[in-house]
Amino acid sequence: MIEVKNLYKKFGKNEVLKGIDLAIERGGIFSVLGPNGSGKTTLIKCILGMVLPDSGEIFIDEKPLKNNFKYRNEIDYLPQIANFPGNLKVSELIAMIKDLRDAKATKDEELIELFKLQPFLNKKLANLSGGTKQKVNLVLAFMFDSPLIILDEPTSGLDPISHLRLKNLIFSEKEKGKTILVTSHILSFVEEIADEIVFILEGKIYFKGTIPELKSKTEQLDFEHAIASILSASYA
Amino acid sequence: MLKILKYSFYDLVRSRWSYVYFLFYLLLGVVLLFLNNDLSKAVITLMNVIIILVPLIGTIFGVMYYYDSREFTELLLAQPVKRSSIFLGQYFGVATSLAMSLVIGLGLPFVFYGIFNSSAIWDFSLLLVTGAFLTFIFTALAFVIALSNENKIKGFGYAILLWLFMAVIYDGIFLMSLLYFEDYPLDKFSLAATMLNPVDLSRVLILLKLDISALLGYTGAVFQKFFGTNFGLILSSAMLAVWVIVPTFFIWRIAKRKDF
Amino acid sequence: MFLGTFTGFAKTITVCNSCPIKTIQGGIAQASEGDTVLVKKGIYNEVNIIIDKAITLLGEDMPTIDGEDRGEIIKIVSNNVTVDGFKIINVGTSYTSDYAAVRVIKQDGFLIQNLELEKLFFGIYLEKSNNGKVLNNKIRGDAVNEYNSGNGIQLWYCKGVEVRGNTVENVRDGIYLEFSDNIIISHNLSKNNLRYGLHFMFSNNDVYEYNIFENNGAGVAVMFSKFIEMHYNIFKENWGTASFGILLKEINDANITNNVFKENTIGINIEGSNRINYENNDFTSNGYAIKVKGACYNNQFINNNFRYNSFDITYNGRLNSNKFDNNYWSNYTGYDLDKNGIGDVPYRPVKLFTYIVNRTPETIILLRSLFIDIIDFSEKVSPVFTPDDLMDINPRMKPINHDRS
Repeated sequence: MIEVKNLYKKFGKNEVLKGIDLAIERGGIFSVLGPNGSGKTTLIKCILGMVLPDSGEIFIDEKPLKNNFKYRNEIDYLPQIANFPGNLKVSELIAMIKDLRDAKATKDEELIELFKLQPFLNKKLANLSGGTKQKVNLVLAFMFDSPLIILDEPTSGLDPISHLRLKNLIFSEKEKGKTILVTSHILSFVEEIADEIVFILEGKIYFKGTIPELKSKTEQLDFEHAIASILSASYA
Repeated sequence: MLKILKYSFYDLVRSRWSYVYFLFYLLLGVVLLFLNNDLSKAVITLMNVIIILVPLIGTIFGVMYYYDSREFTELLLAQPVKRSSIFLGQYFGVATSLAMSLVIGLGLPFVFYGIFNSSAIWDFSLLLVTGAFLTFIFTALAFVIALSNENKIKGFGYAILLWLFMAVIYDGIFLMSLLYFEDYPLDKFSLAATMLNPVDLSRVLILLKLDISALLGYTGAVFQKFFGTNFGLILSSAMLAVWVIVPTFFIWRIAKRKDF
Repeated sequence: MFLGTFTGFAKTITVCNSCPIKTIQGGIAQASEGDTVLVKKGIYNEVNIIIDKAITLLGEDMPTIDGEDRGEIIKIVSNNVTVDGFKIINVGTSYTSDYAAVRVIKQDGFLIQNLELEKLFFGIYLEKSNNGKVLNNKIRGDAVNEYNSGNGIQLWYCKGVEVRGNTVENVRDGIYLEFSDNIIISHNLSKNNLRYGLHFMFSNNDVYEYNIFENNGAGVAVMFSKFIEMHYNIFKENWGTASFGILLKEINDANITNNVFKENTIGINIEGSNRINYENNDFTSNGYAIKVKGACYNNQFINNNFRYNSFDITYNGRLNSNKFDNNYWSNYTGYDLDKNGIGDVPYRPVKLFTYIVNRTPETIILLRSLFIDIIDFSEKVSPVFTPDDLMDINPRMKPINHDRS
């Protein structure tokens, strides 16, 4: 599904990605973890084509990304901070994204129902609360039936009920055989959903595997301590 | 690109600032025409507004729009849309909505005043055309600056500096060099210096149309001879167009290489 | 044989195409002093009509005299001649002689009126002739180039002549005076002339009033003369790179009052002129209202309106001991706290930019640019380059309503 080969990127003097090699197979939930500044957002942005790597290649379904934008039809993306043009209404924003993707078959109504957004459809985005905006953000990300879904901090600002609904939604998408890439700081959430984790440290893949594998490698019994031990080891 | 343009345009057309801008021009037009009752006077005041205010508004609006819609831009970047389309679409959206506020805001009072029966129609349409050109030029320059500066404060600073340079400092340097080299023939130099700054070029084009050309004496005659011909008119239109195209090209190029 | 009636000693001789006397020259030959030669409607192809006795040459229903471009048409060589009511066309053009439609040579008491002159070289040419009148003539030329066109009404070494109610268009100079004193020029309309609407040199004690000078190539030129009175004239739309309402050159002791200067490139262009009173004039929408070159002493500018001029006053050199008082300036931005109608801070009519333009004319291309507005403003706040004593201490808050009826 995704193949990253020897990816390098620096911003000014700051080397963020130092030779990432990663292969993600089709199907399943993959969680990208790492401390702040480790390069996980940069990696995701490289996959999305928002950041252009200095060297290295990325293939999606064996097609290179370079000078290609149509592949993004195959990706649904949930950005970390959702900020939309304030003068648009919710319904107009949804229609606009649909229009941009030329997609006809969408699940927007179903998702609006799920997150109870009907009362907000005719409100301007500038007047929505952070949590409601995040729900709109989720609708936009999930309403297309793309084989790859990338979620950057999907839980931020959500109330517990919506949180639960989101989890169910992610699982149901996985059932359909989709590949889902998630970043999150909430380890309990990651532990619950992730089939595999990808741990990035200082611009390199430090670990890739299932949670049990991680636990055994770090000789820790629970996930949080496993992560903590990686971090303390690397900073020691 | 057209889709992005459409949405940026709709977004702006509905924003408060577009209305303020539009109403400002509407009010200006009404006050000048119906309280002053002197058409050519009104056109001169309008010229001052267009040469100073339009570039300033274009610059500020362009920079502001870019920084304000950064997150939304990121959302768009993840969509299957070409990068250059996103930025060019946004640019044309902003510039078109500003230009329309200007043209309609000023145009309406003049239509009611009965400009179509007046001989001033050509002067007036020249005024609107140069105003629209200046909007496109300065919005494009603002986008280039904003795209090259992640820091919002810096971006704003550079944009204001650019406006200040084009509207004021350039003329200061121009004047100094004219005084310094006064012993040399200066026709070609002043012609070139005027052509190179879109603000000056617009000002001179309007001045010459306003029949102030006679006031300009010998220098004016040289300019009139140049701009009065089809060649001069085509060249100055081309120059204004170049001032739109070059920054637009830079928007395209920077957008293609930029990381978000 | 002649048909006519006697009135006292004077008789009337009639000329027409079917009369026994078919030519005007023939009619004149039959007449004696005091007679009237009546010319009926028709076309008379004659040149060199010489009037050598004190007669009245009267046209009935505007008969036409066609010179067929062969030279001068009427030449008056006697005192007390009246020419009235003719249309005179096709005066010959020459590079060696100034052919005129009507010429008066060294005579007194002439009256030339109600003529219509077309296709002319010179129109009415008065040469060393005194105490006559030129009234209500219409002169319409078709001048294209200065070198092969003549003047509408020309006075050369004349005294005590009245030129009134004439219309002169499309000639070289509308009205031209040289070495002519005590002349009254009034109620004339001079427009669309190639060079000057009115042009006079070395002519003293003349009065110019109620004339309209409009859209002439260069305006009105007044040079090397003394004791001139100019009242109630209108100078308008003299637009062009070198045009002005009036050019005053070496004029001394003149009164220029109650005139209107509207939409001229330069309202008044003053060079070396002293002791002139400019009062109650309106300067409206001119490029420069007043442009001063060279030294000018003891001039007064009082109770004038300066409205919407691009520049009110520009000068090079010094404006010495000139007085500006009680004028209205539309560019004045002061205030009137005591509400006496007079601004509380003086107005400085000279802008820094005009000073720069005088030094380097090319800089005019920066007209109306923001930079220029800024330096003009700072100069206004603290004068450095412009003379700080040049100001109107009592600028009016409202325009003066000049009664021009």
